[in-house]
Amino acid sequence: MAKEMRIVLRNADQINPEKIEDYLQAGGYKALEKARSMSRQDLIAEVKKSNLRGRGGAGFNAGMKWSFVPEAPVKYVVCNLDEGEPGTYKDRTIVEKDPQRLLEGMAICGHAINSNQGYIYCRGEYPYVVDLLRRAIDQARDNGVLGDFDIEVRMGGGAYVCGEETALIESIEGHRGEPRFKPPFPGVSGLWAKPTVVNNVETFANLPDIVMQGGEWFASIGTPSYPGTKVLTLTGDVVNRIPIEVPTNTTIREVIFEFGGGIRGGKKFKAVQIGGTSGGFIPESLLDTPIDADSMRNIGATLGTGAVLVMDETRDIVDIVTRISKFFEHESCGKCNPCREGTFRAYEIMKKINNGQAAPADLDKLALLSRVMTKACLCGLGQAAPGPILTTMEHFNSEYQARLQI
Amino acid sequence: MTNSIGELEKDADCIFVIGSNTTENHPVIGMKIKQNKLYNGAKLIVADPRRTDLAEIADVYMPHLPGSDVALVNALMNVIISEGLADQTFIEEHTEGYEAMAAIVEKYTPEYVEPITGVPAESIRAAARIYAQSGNAAICYAMGLTQHRTGTDNVKSVCNLAMLTGNIGRPGTGVDPLRGQNNVQGACDMGALPVVYTAYQAVTNEAVRTKFEQAWGVSLPAENGLVLTEVINKAHHGEMKALYVFGENPMMSDPDLQHVEEALEKLDFLVVQDIFLTETAKYADVVLPGACFAEKDGTFSNTERRVQRVRKAVSTPGQARADWEIICEIATRMGYPMSYSGAEEIYEEMRALTPSYAGINYARLEKGGLQWPCPTEEHPGTPFLHKDGNFSRGKGAFTAIDYIPPGEQPDEEYPLILTTGRSLFHYHTGTMTRRASALDAHKPAAELEINPETAAAKGIKDGDMVRISTRRGGLDIKAKVSNIVAPQVVFMTFHFAETAANWLTSSEFLDPVAKIPEYKVSACKVEKI
Amino acid sequence: MITLTINGREIQTPKGSTVLDACQAAGIPIPTLCYDPDLRLAGSCRMCLVEVKGRPLFVASCVAPAENGMVVETESPAIVEARKVTLELLAARHDFNCQVCEKNGDCKFQDYCYQYGIKESRFEDGGRHVYPIDDPNPFLERDYNKCIMCTRCVRACEDITVARAINVKNRGHNAKISTAFDGDLADSPCVFCGQCVMVCPVGALTSKVSAGLGRSYEVDKVLTTCTYCGTGCTLELNVKDDKVVGVTSNRTLEGSPVNKGALCVKGRFGWDFINSPDRLTTPLIKENGEFREASWDEALDLVAKRLGDIKAQHGPDTIAMFSSARVTNEENYLAQKFTRAVLGTNNVDHCARL
Ligand SMILES: Cc1cc2nc3c(=O)[nH]c(=O)nc-3n(C[C@H](O)[C@H](O)[C@H](O)COP(=O)(O)O)c2cc1C
Ligand code: SF4
Ligand code: SF4
Ligand code: SF4
Ligand code: SF4
Ligand code: SF4
Repeated sequence: MAKEMRIVLRNADQINPEKIEDYLQAGGYKALEKARSMSRQDLIAEVKKSNLRGRGGAGFNAGMKWSFVPEAPVKYVVCNLDEGEPGTYKDRTIVEKDPQRLLEGMAICGHAINSNQGYIYCRGEYPYVVDLLRRAIDQARDNGVLGDFDIEVRMGGGAYVCGEETALIESIEGHRGEPRFKPPFPGVSGLWAKPTVVNNVETFANLPDIVMQGGEWFASIGTPSYPGTKVLTLTGDVVNRIPIEVPTNTTIREVIFEFGGGIRGGKKFKAVQIGGTSGGFIPESLLDTPIDADSMRNIGATLGTGAVLVMDETRDIVDIVTRISKFFEHESCGKCNPCREGTFRAYEIMKKINNGQAAPADLDKLALLSRVMTKACLCGLGQAAPGPILTTMEHFNSEYQARLQI
Repeated sequence: MTNSIGELEKDADCIFVIGSNTTENHPVIGMKIKQNKLYNGAKLIVADPRRTDLAEIADVYMPHLPGSDVALVNALMNVIISEGLADQTFIEEHTEGYEAMAAIVEKYTPEYVEPITGVPAESIRAAARIYAQSGNAAICYAMGLTQHRTGTDNVKSVCNLAMLTGNIGRPGTGVDPLRGQNNVQGACDMGALPVVYTAYQAVTNEAVRTKFEQAWGVSLPAENGLVLTEVINKAHHGEMKALYVFGENPMMSDPDLQHVEEALEKLDFLVVQDIFLTETAKYADVVLPGACFAEKDGTFSNTERRVQRVRKAVSTPGQARADWEIICEIATRMGYPMSYSGAEEIYEEMRALTPSYAGINYARLEKGGLQWPCPTEEHPGTPFLHKDGNFSRGKGAFTAIDYIPPGEQPDEEYPLILTTGRSLFHYHTGTMTRRASALDAHKPAAELEINPETAAAKGIKDGDMVRISTRRGGLDIKAKVSNIVAPQVVFMTFHFAETAANWLTSSEFLDPVAKIPEYKVSACKVEKI
Repeated sequence: MITLTINGREIQTPKGSTVLDACQAAGIPIPTLCYDPDLRLAGSCRMCLVEVKGRPLFVASCVAPAENGMVVETESPAIVEARKVTLELLAARHDFNCQVCEKNGDCKFQDYCYQYGIKESRFEDGGRHVYPIDDPNPFLERDYNKCIMCTRCVRACEDITVARAINVKNRGHNAKISTAFDGDLADSPCVFCGQCVMVCPVGALTSKVSAGLGRSYEVDKVLTTCTYCGTGCTLELNVKDDKVVGVTSNRTLEGSPVNKGALCVKGRFGWDFINSPDRLTTPLIKENGEFREASWDEALDLVAKRLGDIKAQHGPDTIAMFSSARVTNEENYLAQKFTRAVLGTNNVDHCARL
């Protein structure tokens, strides 16, 4: 029987998130103290050793990211709490249950890269989380635990693409939330052209434990190439629609059938989409894949944010994918040609298929467009948008064929 | 300009713009200043009676009253000296006359000057500190500084300021007059001035004169000639008999047009050579059709002393001819044969007599223009003057200058100050731009800018027709109610013949040295009609 | 120097250059729509994509730093396929009417469609946006039915002119170029410099003053210096059949050392006085208060005689010459020479102070 393992949710429901005293009592801010007693190089080395990889979707090695930050008089630490992915609420959960943990993680990063200013970019739909965080920051400030590290909370503009780190930076700067090309990466030239580390909430929240218990300890949990735990949020036709935190070598089947309690209403499983709207669709045959990012990529899927959307046998794949392509058509920022026009046309073709008006040539056209978008778009949104189309065309092709005009 | 336009975009750490609405009158220079201010973090100080586009983005904006420039600049220097921000080394090594200047400046404290200029003392202090403490600071000015009875004093004042802080002789420093017209610089360089031949060689200097006599094969007059305003005055007195006007339009551009009109009517003979039948040409006995810039070869020299090619693109219309040909024809018919194969041959003759242009030839200009002085064909040209603080005449001389109020003073009958200038969409007397279809369609008429407070007191609303009058006369014009001018100031452009601003201006008060009329200050009143 | 391999050729390029720089220096053509070396980079049109060995995604060469050992393919089948799809996507939103378009023959989009054989788009099912062409300003036409959303105009307006009159509005397929409140340019901070027209790679922004007067392939471009203010911008007069039909920019430092192609409204749109019917075309002599046309000989003889007579009768100093700050150096030189050597006076001046 697979087991939950709690790192970032260790204090969840154990302490009062509104009280810094509770967090301190649970050992909070000891890690920051320890980190500050370490040299910056040693701290970064420890995080590298942990092999902690970004929990916001792209899965980049956090210590490595920090090590690229050059010397500069002003640098920033930015926490990505945009969480615009439908069906994802893990970052909100972490913050709601244990806000000080995030602040401590950011302060640790601040020490590592020698920055004394942090920003939390919080999703616009979470105004109460903004308030909670501001209260938490006030308490931490009053308590003096943050030292000379300060944190400001900024409310997001609501666009999905603002979760992309460079669009997020543009948005904090007061510009239109459009991604920038990379390189330069934010680590070199980010917020106001200063070196900036952007990490996800869950990434930061892992840091106190890594500092306290050592990188080696962390690296030994879960799958070696993507160690640690992952918070997953279960939604859709699953019995338990809950957040869980599991080691990364847990399989998809375990997630759905053990933690999730199986399919609702005694129906049969049809597909699961993991990682958010752009995640690939996974059929029954691949359910024994571990959830770590690399294993997921190997089956053409993603771990992404850890959203797990379960679909039972009654679900209409083509209809779902049509709605997904509408989402991307709506969320494209419009900056680059393949995505601005491509998402529009992909939705157009999906509608045609869904309405039973498409010919085989339309499928070819859609496949071609999707292939090109995957490699040609400027940012992750456009690159990932065709994922559901491509994976369903592969694993559920018969459903498409059945919809074609005869 | 002592320095180059490009330096305003990159090298200057601070730009002090006084009496120049750069974004409208030298738009491309204005763009460079804005780029430097907004994208490179340069500081910008603006002194102007009008709240211009640059004033809006300035670090310090000083809305000084028209004609109070000397007082303002003296106050800036007062602050710099009293706060120990002057560049002592530069003053000692490269200048003279500091003591006398400093003695005069002593009484011009910001508080003393505040009522004269209308600029808060604290703004003056802030501006002085920024200017003196920026690495490389440049000063840009235009007609707003020069068109006063104290125009020469005003210019010398800003030169004092630059020398006081050692802002001379490096990229991004200097004193940069932005010349209004495409080839004012060239016309001056070429000796179209009553006291000098080309390259400012004095007509009273015997050696120079001999050089030109030999080159031209005639004996030449030894006395200085008359400046334009004096010529008009003499004509008015009947002492000037004939006038040859070549591409000018004094019946629009000169002050007090009634006076000009009377003067032109008294001439025995007026010949006008132009591309249009200008307001002036209407008074001519003979009108000769010339060529516009698109129809001839030659060179222009821009405000940064850069000589650039003008190239013939099309033929002249009808029988119109290249202007140089016309002049040659008349000279020949007057018994002095002149003939050239083209512009380049004229240029070559000029260059042989003009040390600062000697190294610039047409072949070199194919590669993008050269800035004089350029004494030899190997010389790369001179982007900025007075390198390392070395002035051409040895040491830079400070001038001690006291503030003199404008000649025209408002009184009970004429309580406001009229100041005139240009608009982005038109040029000078409008001869060309009024006939450029898009420009004229966009801005077909002049407007009188008037402060909301002043307008309200007179019951004037935006777009109302008003009558503006000065001691010379009056005209009817549409009001534009705007905060761009201070309550005691009104502004109009002089491009429009229908509302020619120079019916209102005065030719009474001239700068004693440069003989510039006081265009920028006329006492006036405005009434709703 | 950096050494990389492009299309099988080893190429050296200075440190700090992009893959596009390296390709251009090596004479390898790369199509670009949003790239403009004088503007902030956007990296958004995705036409300049290339394949780099070992990288899963295509790389936008205009913003990709060249690196040692890179192996680059610029026209691989996958790249050509991607460019075609991008062009077809753009074509689907484009109002193709090259035969009446000002940009015909000088249009990057037309060129690339030709080059990649885009005869029609496979993506034309849905309707494209139809934007009204109705900005009433007299200077520039804004036809966003031809816009390919490269944002060069936005960047030129911000980076060169610093007017910030236009920006991208709306998102996704609804994104378009507009003023802050989607109104007329005249109600925005626009100064009608036409820098946006200068950089627009297609026929979306064109000069109204030149409309219908000649396509780029019909005109000769004569580099000269602006006739207006003292800045001394260089510009190109476009000439067709011995008539000036427009002004364009020369954007090289050598051809345009002061302004690098940037102009103001007067320089760019204020040229048609040249063809004004008001131009003087024949000498005029006033008789009984009225002008009549005269021959050159008659007019010149009259001027020579009257000036000669007055000089003889009243002395040279009763004659004066007003030369001009608008004519050339050569003409000013001659004017003062004429005044001094022929009239015999130093009474020569011009309106430097006015
Ligand atoms: C369209 C798009 C949306 C994204 N949204 C989020 C988000 O909501 N939260 C997040 O943490 N990362 C998001 N990302 C990923 C970020 O760009 C970035 O990789 C991440 O914040 C880095 O943090 P990490 O390394 O800790 O994961 C998004 C990326 C894309 C392309
Ligand atoms: S891929 Fe889409 S969201 Fe990303 S920059 Fe391009 S248009 Fe914008
Ligand atoms: S913009 Fe280019 S492609 Fe479009 S109609 Fe004009 S010339 Fe043709
Ligand atoms: S004309 Fe000039 S100011 Fe107006 S939108 Fe174009 S670039 Fe901007
Ligand atoms: S109007 Fe022209 S320059 Fe502007 S985005 Fe469209 S195509 Fe590009
Ligand atoms: S284009 Fe404008 S700024 Fe440039 S010289 Fe002509 S008038 Fe002056």
